[in-house]
Amino acid sequence: MQQSKLGLDFDKVKGAKKSAQNIATAVQNFVEDYTTVTVERTLCRLLGIDGIDANEVPLPKIVVDNLKEAGLLGQGVMFHIGNAIVETGLSPQAIAEQISSQMLNISQLTIYEQADREAALQPYINQAIERVVANRRRRENYIATLGEGSKPYIYVIVATGNIYEDVVQAQAAARQGADIIAVIRTTGQSLLDYVPYGATTEGFGGTFATQQNFKIMRTALNEVGEEIGRYVRLCNYCSGLCMPEIAAMGALEGLDVMLNDALYGILFRDINMQRTLVDQYFSRVINAFAGVIINTGEDNYLTTADAFEEARTVLASDLINEQLALLAGLPEEQMGLGHAFEMTPDMENGFLYELAQAQMTREIFPKAPLKYMPPTKFMTGNIFRGQIQNALFNEISIWTGQGIQLLGMMTEAVHTPFMSDRFVAIENARYIFNNMKNIGDEVEFKQDGIIRRRAQQVLQEAIELLERIEQEGLFSALEKGIFGDVKRSKTGGKGLAGVVQKTKEYSNPFIGIMKGETTL
Amino acid sequence: MSGGNYSMEKNEVDQTLDLTNIKPYGDTMNDGKTQLSFTLPVACNDEAIEAAKLLMKKMGFVNPQVVYYKELTSGFTFFNCYGSCTHTVDYTTISVPKVESSVMSMEDTDAFIKENIGRQIVVIGASTGTDAHTVGIDAIMNMKGYAGHYGLERYEMFDALNMGSQVLNEDFIAKAIELKADVLLVSQTVTQKDVHIKNLIELVEMLEAEGLRHKVLLICGGPRLSHELAKELGYDAGFSMNSYADDVASYIAQELDKRING
Repeated sequence: MQQSKLGLDFDKVKGAKKSAQNIATAVQNFVEDYTTVTVERTLCRLLGIDGIDANEVPLPKIVVDNLKEAGLLGQGVMFHIGNAIVETGLSPQAIAEQISSQMLNISQLTIYEQADREAALQPYINQAIERVVANRRRRENYIATLGEGSKPYIYVIVATGNIYEDVVQAQAAARQGADIIAVIRTTGQSLLDYVPYGATTEGFGGTFATQQNFKIMRTALNEVGEEIGRYVRLCNYCSGLCMPEIAAMGALEGLDVMLNDALYGILFRDINMQRTLVDQYFSRVINAFAGVIINTGEDNYLTTADAFEEARTVLASDLINEQLALLAGLPEEQMGLGHAFEMTPDMENGFLYELAQAQMTREIFPKAPLKYMPPTKFMTGNIFRGQIQNALFNEISIWTGQGIQLLGMMTEAVHTPFMSDRFVAIENARYIFNNMKNIGDEVEFKQDGIIRRRAQQVLQEAIELLERIEQEGLFSALEKGIFGDVKRSKTGGKGLAGVVQKTKEYSNPFIGIMKGETTL
Repeated sequence: MSGGNYSMEKNEVDQTLDLTNIKPYGDTMNDGKTQLSFTLPVACNDEAIEAAKLLMKKMGFVNPQVVYYKELTSGFTFFNCYGSCTHTVDYTTISVPKVESSVMSMEDTDAFIKENIGRQIVVIGASTGTDAHTVGIDAIMNMKGYAGHYGLERYEMFDALNMGSQVLNEDFIAKAIELKADVLLVSQTVTQKDVHIKNLIELVEMLEAEGLRHKVLLICGGPRLSHELAKELGYDAGFSMNSYADDVASYIAQELDKRING
């Protein structure tokens, strides 16, 4: 039996997980009946379709838009590409090129037998699966031979807008002690309903996520990892309107960590809820299979609502994210559930509440490499105070055994990090992680003290919130604004036009293979 | 490391405060003491330290001291430095354009609007363009406000709509027309490569094209904006760091009163 340092009742935790499971299962029943334009573009990418036309439109988008305009997307690209291979004997890439140059009208072909279509696709499916498996082995092999940093992994961002400049910054950060490099995306990419192509050198507040950029950075981190004798993970963002596409690109290029929240896009980017919930499922199936650690965004939830009063929202969301991820076949060991609460630093005993909540999250998700992050909302440009705020969060992280520490930068709210900002932040974290290493083993929390009471209260409130959401259903709860004070309509927001009901001919064989339910 | 962390030399400078010739203050009037840090794109060696000191001399510092240095990665060295600034400025001749309104409490603003305007003022706000940050607009508009200053949504005499982040200028203007907005609030947080400037200018141009510019009070805000810059870009006012909902609300009430009642 797990022992709680906080006096948490694990039967209650079990009940909360059951509620979250019911919420997630109801969502999954909906998800099974639909596909989206980005899910279908993902399948194109997995079949090897890549590149752009003369107007820089990605070929996966051309193929999918073509089928959508013909009203055939409900049958899925696997159906039509498989069929076109039987008809033409060409590769999916060549077929996409012919569609793009209007030499082939994919909607007017003879329909061949299912068995023939599937046989035609098989070699391309195998190729994709083998490439992802090879990337996974490469990572496992590096970790076995080079080793990796100890937890909490030190996570820093680079965000120059130019992938080649990012490489310089990322390698410097790795040498200084970073374990995870996240390349922040250019502002606005989350709302693009396609993924741009090629190496990019222009971006605002970040760098475009493209497959070529992934490859450039992964190669650079392999290089620096071998130099310093420690595997360095690469992180990007499976969020916005292209969740599964980015997941597939990451799986093909060997990314290690992905921001991948089931609800964040709905709440904070006003992406349509049907769209995001369908997209998150396939993206997580891919991340699960690729051995990618997902990060969820709860540490960012409470920027608008009051972080102290609404703490239950973070825990409730973590629990729902966990259950949705389990349904996608993602093991707990890959669940970097996000938390941390943007309470004002002026709050009396704020550190104690934060400590209570971090320990609580640790105990409720014992196997997860939890992602922890100091708040950005209260960074003011007073870099000296900011450095201390970040230090306090580093203390809680080592104390409560967090898995991933996203380092705060003292220059948050001023500029995207300088090379020296990252150095100062990493030095701060390493000093504290070393100096306070075993404090969590040594210190117990007072019976009925502030810390224990706070954790028990947040758990209790989260259970009540989950029970309400369970009764309402997640869709309706989101419509009523029960979640984080944000109201979203089921048919509002961005990207709904890209949601399509599947027909009976539809199939996505990758899901079965990646979840280990079918074999090659 | 340089040996001069504690300077024992006798201070010869004139220690009288002269507002026509001010310079930084460390612990003695007119000592000019300044701290700064920077990174040079060279390996860490004696030449690098000398380069840092020479650079500081060019910046106008005397007695430059490198108190800490560290090679961040091969070919990049970080410095923490101190020096005495030789430059001065004439404080007495400085004039900065400011938002001209007196700050009132929420209750006083509501009372002011009731008395002088006699109806609710319609305000819409958004973080426009690709900017995903809502911190600024939320601080000014949301019920809860920020740091104890309630947002416009809580004011009785404001009908406030916060459209959130990543709102296209087109959509923002369409909503302004739909709601017959009196006031448009634009928040811009991301400033890399001056993306905020382009976006702010675009909004003004689009409003002018629609013939709406003179019909609304147009206000922008953000950590790197100033009233001066806002005016330059064609806005009525700009609010920067340390501005709260009451600053914005008071300005709106008083400015609209001026415009309506002369």
